[in-house]
Amino acid sequence: MAKRDDLGLRAALADRLLPVLVAAMSFLAALGLAGTLASASLAHSWQSQASDTLTIQVPQPNNPDASGKTTRLAAVQAALAQTPGVTNPQVMSQADENALLTPWLGEDATQLGLQMPGVISASWAGPGSPDALGEALDKISAGTMVDAGAVWAARVAALTSSLQDCAAAVLVIVALVAAAVVAVAARAGLAQRRDTITIVHGLGALDGDIATRFANRAVVLVAAGSVAGTLLALPVLDWLAALAAPFSGQMTGSALSNVPMPLWFILPLLPIAAAGIGWATAQLTVRSWLRSLP
Amino acid sequence: MVRFEDVWLKYRNPARPGAPAKDILRAISFEIPDGGFRWLTGPSGAGKTSLLKLIYLAEHPTQGLIDILGTRAANITRREAALLRRRIGVVYQDFRLLPQLSAYDNVALPMRLAHRGETQINADVTEILRWVGLEDRLHARPDELSGGAQQRIAIARAVVARPKLLVADEPTGNLDDEQAQRLMLLITALNRLGTTVVVATHNMALVERYPAPKLRIEDGKLVQNG
Ligand SMILES: Nc1ncnc2c1ncn2[C@@H]1O[C@H](COP(=O)(O)OP(=O)(O)OP(=O)(O)O)[C@@H](O)[C@H]1O
Ligand SMILES: [Mg+2]
Repeated sequence: MAKRDDLGLRAALADRLLPVLVAAMSFLAALGLAGTLASASLAHSWQSQASDTLTIQVPQPNNPDASGKTTRLAAVQAALAQTPGVTNPQVMSQADENALLTPWLGEDATQLGLQMPGVISASWAGPGSPDALGEALDKISAGTMVDAGAVWAARVAALTSSLQDCAAAVLVIVALVAAAVVAVAARAGLAQRRDTITIVHGLGALDGDIATRFANRAVVLVAAGSVAGTLLALPVLDWLAALAAPFSGQMTGSALSNVPMPLWFILPLLPIAAAGIGWATAQLTVRSWLRSLP
Repeated sequence: MVRFEDVWLKYRNPARPGAPAKDILRAISFEIPDGGFRWLTGPSGAGKTSLLKLIYLAEHPTQGLIDILGTRAANITRREAALLRRRIGVVYQDFRLLPQLSAYDNVALPMRLAHRGETQINADVTEILRWVGLEDRLHARPDELSGGAQQRIAIARAVVARPKLLVADEPTGNLDDEQAQRLMLLITALNRLGTTVVVATHNMALVERYPAPKLRIEDGKLVQNG
């Protein structure tokens, strides 16, 4: 079929709405992609920080321990100091503990007459997981509990993987909506050009040729919209990355420099994927419409 | 060769899907040999356009067999049908020009669909437009032209790709006598070069002047063949 615009498609699909809608879709998709990446990288840094953290709770810290020579808290502290793999044990001060509990128990938890457990934080540098530690400490001061950060890290991992699932779902939905938008635009273009297409069909145009003409036009409009939407998302992504920087431990000042490196490789794929969706959708829509002609 | 064997065409009324379909063509059988010429006559509403639509593959018969240029129309793929249409030139009763294209581009359309080179297109289109007397209106769009000029563009488009089969529906309806004569000259020249021709017309004077076998239909039935 001729290269020139015999079908008047430039007018038929000039629908300014299509690129604008695709730009909006691409904007959302860029955020979705960035969300996937960000949650992955946050999860990574949180997990590496959390998994080597130990929190030890000693109930009735000031009562005498099993031997009766010292307090339960001091006994646990002494045991921790002797345990290989445990480094930097620190007893949390009453003030810190109150600060932690205030949101749940009110201004001064001690006024409630509750016996606060003693809390020791430490780092775990030993091999494997500190499972045996809990049992050992329980023997020294019954009721002592060891909370390994690994448990918390697993929860973070579960949270981030569900965040990633959400982001993936956003991408799928955005892709489906984009396909629907292209299908509607193609149908509008077909309806508008019904007479012309019927004539060209009667002259022996192949379904594939007509569909390809529409598809090529759709690719141009969709790619343009998608590039615009992705570019518009960049400043927003930079801002979000700057907000997340304290958590992921990277921060720079200059414009767009907060956008993580992997995004610079992935974002250009967005217009390409959008163009692919546009092309395939236009092909399918036009070919199925043409089946109504003899 | 064009061959109809017991062909029926019924139209359903889309507004009343339950109503019985109306018989437009009934038990039509005839054969036109390669290189033959037939007038197709009959009163208005008899079914001439409907019969031509079956020939140029714009309609499927409700029943019966149709062979076009040696191909059984019912047995072909959409792609084969498209390629077959390229070998059939059609002058539509209502012209069906593309309003956004110039006279030149309208006539060039079938050649472009067949992926012919622009040099050949330019030569053939210019020549055929000279034949129909529109060499000075190459760049005019259809709505800037008279009904007769539009009809001549439609004729030029139908013959420019040298079809094996030419189907013309009332091609002289908007032409004066002299133009009609010129058109018949063009059609008979093509016919002599081997193109099979079917021309539907009300113009009995023209039929008298160019004697040829007639297919006459009345109320959907073939009442004369020869
Ligand atoms: N798409 C259609 N749906 C239903 N009925 C139709 C359709 N097209 C044509 N008809 C009917 O078929 C009959 C034959 O129409 P057709 O156009 O073939 O006649 P014709 O011989 O070409 O007439 P004319 O000389 O006026 O062009 C008419 O009664 C017409 O109303
Ligand atoms: Mg008619």
